[in-house]
Amino acid sequence: MIEGFTALYIFMLAAFTGYEVISRVPVILHTPLMSGSNFIHGIVLVGAMVALGHADSTMEQLIGFVGVLLAAMNAVGGYVVTERMLEMFKSSKEKKHG
Amino acid sequence: MVDLIQAIYFVAAVLFILGLKRMSSPTTARAGIVWAGAGMAAAVIATFFIPHMSNFGLMVAAIIIGSGIAYASGKRVAMTDMPQMIALYNGMGGGAAAAIAAVELIKGVSHSAIALDLAVLGALIGTVSFSGSLIAFAKLQGWMKGANRFPNQQAINVAVFVATVACGVFLAFVSQHPLAILLFFALALAFGVMMTLPIGGADMPVVISLFNALTGLAVAFEGFVLQNAAMIIAGTVVGSAGTLLTQLMARAMNRPISNVLFGSFGGDGSAAAEGDAGGALKPIDASDAAVMMAFASKVVIIPGYGMAVAQAQHKIWELAKLLEERDVAVKFAIHPVAGRMPGHMNVLLAEAGVPYDKIYDLDEINSEFETADVALVIGANDVVNPVARTNPDSPIYGMPILDADKAKNVIVIKRGQGAGFSGIENALFFKDNTRMLYGDGQAMASELIQGVKSF
Repeated sequence: MIEGFTALYIFMLAAFTGYEVISRVPVILHTPLMSGSNFIHGIVLVGAMVALGHADSTMEQLIGFVGVLLAAMNAVGGYVVTERMLEMFKSSKEKKHG
Repeated sequence: MVDLIQAIYFVAAVLFILGLKRMSSPTTARAGIVWAGAGMAAAVIATFFIPHMSNFGLMVAAIIIGSGIAYASGKRVAMTDMPQMIALYNGMGGGAAAAIAAVELIKGVSHSAIALDLAVLGALIGTVSFSGSLIAFAKLQGWMKGANRFPNQQAINVAVFVATVACGVFLAFVSQHPLAILLFFALALAFGVMMTLPIGGADMPVVISLFNALTGLAVAFEGFVLQNAAMIIAGTVVGSAGTLLTQLMARAMNRPISNVLFGSFGGDGSAAAEGDAGGALKPIDASDAAVMMAFASKVVIIPGYGMAVAQAQHKIWELAKLLEERDVAVKFAIHPVAGRMPGHMNVLLAEAGVPYDKIYDLDEINSEFETADVALVIGANDVVNPVARTNPDSPIYGMPILDADKAKNVIVIKRGQGAGFSGIENALFFKDNTRMLYGDGQAMASELIQGVKSF
């Protein structure tokens, strides 16, 4: 179980990690990066699957279904657009080779 | 089995952080998203093997439908429309976090008081992010126009917010009555819509970035409710990274976040700025402009969103290559807020094939304008307006700008006479060394190419 202070430590360390990782990003990558971080919170799909997996009543199943649907769109859409944007970032050297 | 699933979640969390790290450099960025994607795929597959779950048919159906729609739309969307697409997918994530909270609240979150509080808080944030992102999408897509303001708007927004929070407190501490749950989500949806309505299109990138960070937080909170460490870590990392990114964008636009959310742009200041623009606009032919560039030793190109709208980036890159063959040094100068969000213009130029090492940002290029023979401004306006340096009355005063006015000659490609996105007259256009090349961006770029070729 993740409880109390353990959770607080995880929140704290993850928050610093996110801040540090991003702080060295050049402006040219801001849009792909926003898109990439948008993809990463697509992990909500895992939670939505658990919520639907434990749903009993029809109401719970309906909300759970919508949750999984939305989460899948977040994850897949986020991946596709980020990948498309980053695919185009090439330096002059790479251009000449390919 | 449970241990194996936890181990896979752990690996996924590591891959997310490494992926994000790799996305912070142009040379490794492409690998970064693939790593994060691998982590996501592993985590999703592992989730199917969690014991005592049911409804697998519904689960697979929802994943297939959702993935199909997102894949098709994500592959098709034009690069110019990327910001609103990100807003849309982000809203979906917020909605999913809210849905998790809704299911947990209906079932009755039992394992601790903190879990219940965080479920409600995550639900509030996720729902606001959901409806707010949809409004942001509608505005950038052009389905809704500009800033929608009406009398007493701020007071009404505050009232809705207080009512939402009060309802949330009731859920967390008194009772999870179905009617209270329904009212809570309805109020949160309304608040997301109402807080986004008064914000104008120019400030939308900051708002999208903020909603992105909020969705991350909502995911982290719901992760705690479900006791899922991967969700807690990924959500929190995005929450803090997104907050930093929001600050960076707001700073680049010289718009404090509180101004974006609660202030109004322009208003009284723009009238004062118009007065001292003065002078006359001096037009130039494409062929004359081409000569100027063909015999220059250094040309700096300043593209703005107008170039992307005219789909002129391919022609501009062709022009740049022609100039380079004549040993003219060509550099692209990008303002942090060129395009619709920081980095958007880089994506648009990359799409046209411009290598990223020819693209310079504000700090790198500003000292070079004094040695440039020609600054070619295409589709940019406010980001080269010198009143941001000189006129304290101007609404954009203090915003960092590209010092195009310091180049020996300035050529501005512009569709017609008229003020920029913010409605402010541009003093650069009236300067002695500035020439206006009127016409569609793509057509003018073609004429410039013809002009340069003829020498």
